[in-house]
Amino acid sequence: MDNTRSILAVLMYPIQLAVSFPVEMAEQAYDAVVSYDELKKENTRLKKKQLVDSIKLLKFEALENENIRLRGLLENSFKLGEQVLVAELLSVNLVPYEHVMVVNKGSRFGVHEKQSVLDANGIVGQVIRSLPLSSEVMLITDPNHAIPVQVNRNGLRTIAIGSGQLDRLNLPFLPNNADIVPGDLLVTSGLGGTFPQGYPVAIVDNFTAQPNKPFANIYATPKAKLDRIRELLVVWSDSTPVPLTTPEKNNTQNENE
Amino acid sequence: MTLLIAMSLNILPLANIAKSLNPDWVLLVLIYWTLAVPERVGVFNAWVLGIFVDVLTGRILGMHGLIYALINYTCLKFHRRLRHYPILQQALFVFFCLLVSQVLVFWIENIQGTTGLTWVFWLPVLTGTLCWPFIYAGLRWIRLLGRMD
Repeated sequence: MDNTRSILAVLMYPIQLAVSFPVEMAEQAYDAVVSYDELKKENTRLKKKQLVDSIKLLKFEALENENIRLRGLLENSFKLGEQVLVAELLSVNLVPYEHVMVVNKGSRFGVHEKQSVLDANGIVGQVIRSLPLSSEVMLITDPNHAIPVQVNRNGLRTIAIGSGQLDRLNLPFLPNNADIVPGDLLVTSGLGGTFPQGYPVAIVDNFTAQPNKPFANIYATPKAKLDRIRELLVVWSDSTPVPLTTPEKNNTQNENE
Repeated sequence: MTLLIAMSLNILPLANIAKSLNPDWVLLVLIYWTLAVPERVGVFNAWVLGIFVDVLTGRILGMHGLIYALINYTCLKFHRRLRHYPILQQALFVFFCLLVSQVLVFWIENIQGTTGLTWVFWLPVLTGTLCWPFIYAGLRWIRLLGRMD
């Protein structure tokens, strides 16, 4: 059945491309006429940001080494960094009542189901179907999607469920006395095995205790810019542990493109 | 050809509100061709078309196949009468076709466990009906144009 779908999907791919084409052309045209001044400004801004980020990264590297050493002391294995692939969004809209997007990398690039998908700010969703030339990504805000998260501040674990709105996640399973406040960062907890641990998911923006009900009413806003993303990162979380004798990590962040 | 265009209209990227208003163009075009040239659009063709739409929109394989085949059959059954109806009455019939298709989609999605379908889900039925006169006129024009050649 999946094979049939794959074959048919290859046939239907040109339609998706054709629909996506005008939007992309418009964007390229816009890019082509951006003024020199704006580009200059953006360039300086990005350079500054790059400097700041690289300094942070220096510190991060030291911390990572320290972490590996400490884990070695605890006789624990260290997980490899993830491999990522950049995929571009096709501007198509499958059905209005679901938050599913189509990206232009499929099983020919090794994309498979249940892979997590990120953007620069946080978790976007997971691959629910990989076709030969494209794959379908379900966003974390889809009403059928749930993601295991934990509060970054204190490690409180819970599940964030999509609400059907692009800017909101629900956290329906926390009691009224839970230690969670607006502004808390939610990161993936790694439970369930689908999403790698420690990526930012959302920020809590509303906590309302409901005294007459067992659970509180909590909303969070996804960190990823779900309505504005063009490029996505498809992640292979490699769970083979690094041997502790060689704490090298030169294969982290190894982009395929 | 028009069916291809209709398919691309189905997945057109639209802004939020327009997105939920976007009717099932393929079904509308299919109904037109079934009424216009019933000898060339059979139930099997409709089913194959539905399968393609399923693949295109990532639904469970065969959902639209079933729906399109059913509606195509109804149209074939009544096409003699429907052709002589005034456009408003036709629109009423199209309204019921779209409603039936949407009810079926609703059932199948619910069996699969989709929750959170709101009243907005039913809007494409209305917009589709409102589009019918234009589709009818447009496709008729295309058909007559083709006949002249």
